[in-house]
Amino acid sequence: MTPHPTALIAEDEPLLAESLRQELATLWPELEIVAMAAHGEAALDAALRTLPQLLFMDIRMPGMNGLEAAQALAEDWPEGRPFPLLVFVTAYDQYALKAFEQAAQDYLLKPVQRERLAQTCERLRQALQQRAAVGMNGGGLAAPDASTLDAVSQLRRLLAAPGLPEALGLPARAAAPLRLLQVSVGQTIHMVPVDEVLYFEAADKYVRVLTAKQEYLMRASLRELLPQLDGERFWQVHRGVVVRADAIARAVRDEAGRLSLHLRERPEKLGVSRMYAHLFKGL
Amino acid sequence: MSLLSRLPYPLRMVVPTALFCVVIAALISGLSRQRLVPSLVYSLCIGLSCWALIDGSRVLGARLMRRLRPEREEHRHDWPGWPLMLASLALCVPAGYTLGSSLADALLGHRSARLWQDGWRELSGVLLISLGASVMATWFFYSRHRLAASRTEAEQARRQAAEMQLRLLESQLEPHMLFNTLANLRVLIALDAARAQTMLDQLIAFLRATLNASRSGDAHPLRDEFARLADYLALMQVRMGARLRPRLELPPALAELPVPPLLLQPLVENAIKHGLEPHVDGGELIVSACLDGGRLLLEVRDTGAGLGQAQQTQETQQAQPGSGFGLEQVRSRLLTQYGAAASLRIEPADDGRGGTRVRLLLPLPSPSYPSHTP
Repeated sequence: MTPHPTALIAEDEPLLAESLRQELATLWPELEIVAMAAHGEAALDAALRTLPQLLFMDIRMPGMNGLEAAQALAEDWPEGRPFPLLVFVTAYDQYALKAFEQAAQDYLLKPVQRERLAQTCERLRQALQQRAAVGMNGGGLAAPDASTLDAVSQLRRLLAAPGLPEALGLPARAAAPLRLLQVSVGQTIHMVPVDEVLYFEAADKYVRVLTAKQEYLMRASLRELLPQLDGERFWQVHRGVVVRADAIARAVRDEAGRLSLHLRERPEKLGVSRMYAHLFKGL
Repeated sequence: MSLLSRLPYPLRMVVPTALFCVVIAALISGLSRQRLVPSLVYSLCIGLSCWALIDGSRVLGARLMRRLRPEREEHRHDWPGWPLMLASLALCVPAGYTLGSSLADALLGHRSARLWQDGWRELSGVLLISLGASVMATWFFYSRHRLAASRTEAEQARRQAAEMQLRLLESQLEPHMLFNTLANLRVLIALDAARAQTMLDQLIAFLRATLNASRSGDAHPLRDEFARLADYLALMQVRMGARLRPRLELPPALAELPVPPLLLQPLVENAIKHGLEPHVDGGELIVSACLDGGRLLLEVRDTGAGLGQAQQTQETQQAQPGSGFGLEQVRSRLLTQYGAAASLRIEPADDGRGGTRVRLLLPLPSPSYPSHTP
């Protein structure tokens, strides 16, 4: 336990970030702001570096949005450390608010009112005390990882809320799934039937498309591609990997409890992140 | 008339048909000095029989036509079209006459001439009257029906226009933008009161322009259009800081040209929302005006995220979430204002700096307008 509770603020609008920092300094003087981040990727990096106890996360941010950053953090969070308590911050977002309430997820509305912020701080204080108590009562190693799993299932509930992707400006699910990919290689455009794809892997600004014999690079993001795929046949197993379900030969759990997928027609093994481990419950 | 239209279907048409028959009976008995009551009975029986047959064939004919040519609007309102209607009149009038006169014979104990026994010549007068009356009655019902249909259409159009206006206003006063701006304003009041005041003035000008544009829609000079964009961009700059680098280029010679108010607003919003906001480093946003081959060329371009490959494989409108309505609305405004003389193109910017470019070409207000070189 650090003597002071620690927090990270992720907010892309500089004035609002500074204001939240000042308000928190008045309402909760012991709270130490260990980092400020102006976009999702920066928030993820800073959180993994500083391992804060609290995370104030703006939802609409450039690049990775707040929900995606939280999801990525849940995937990469080190074992044995308690997952930060999350507070989402958002301006008017009807669908997002409904989703938060359903998932019992703490949130703040912009402009942030001082009384509301004080209530949130009080709740967070109590939650931190509770965590400390569980840790001392010999909850052992299980307690921190349980907090991560709680966060994972809460995020999963949040992401499944109807209308949420549209509210966040993410591409909505396509009416009819994509059947053919057009991948340009130099001056040639290859037509790749989606049925032949074994898996997709995000690679910076590209998506690697892997079939049994070939590998292509497609100039698109996985985020754009995903809603165009048939969700029954293509499973996301990591924030950067989408696999065709019937291309999976088996899922194997190692000693640390991590799942990896073996494919029928390719030698690579694909790791399954915490966010998607529930897909392989039956194993 | 309005009382009639409130009656249930057969009565709505039986009552005026009966009235019509009474008038004809009165005329005939007046002219030929026959007794009124028998004339009335014959007139009513023949008239109502004709009506029943004609209207029955109208409904059946319309049903048939609906199945054959479902795309025609009038078939949906139980109207099979004049050709079928005239054919049905030619058949139904003799049949209706025969039916009606037999009925009246039975009622009055007379025996009147039969079509197939007594030949056409003697009956041609009565038949002509029946035919004339039927055509007139059909015409009467047809025009009343058309009136009602066009009234419904006008009502529907009005409702659609109001709905469109509401959606337009909603999209312009996007709650997320409004509340984020207010959140920034709230912070600025404590930090820098003078800057807060400037920001508030810009917000007021933006709100006023938005409400005015949605109410009147009268054209305003390009100078004002650019001034409103400058207000909006200044508001967005407070929020986005150095990530938004706007540039407005309006040659003084074009400043007075009239344009529909806030025509460019949705395009600038799209450029920010889909081009610059998702981009971690933001980028430039350039709005410019110039003359291009005798037309006004307005351009909104950003150096932001651009249209991805996955998005280009689909229709641009569907692929960019939320932008569909903005673009659709600009397109429909251009169409109502200028018809085919105006155009809108959205494409990836081709100067190697990335991002998207939207080009609007508008006709100049009058051919006599002196052409300037930008």
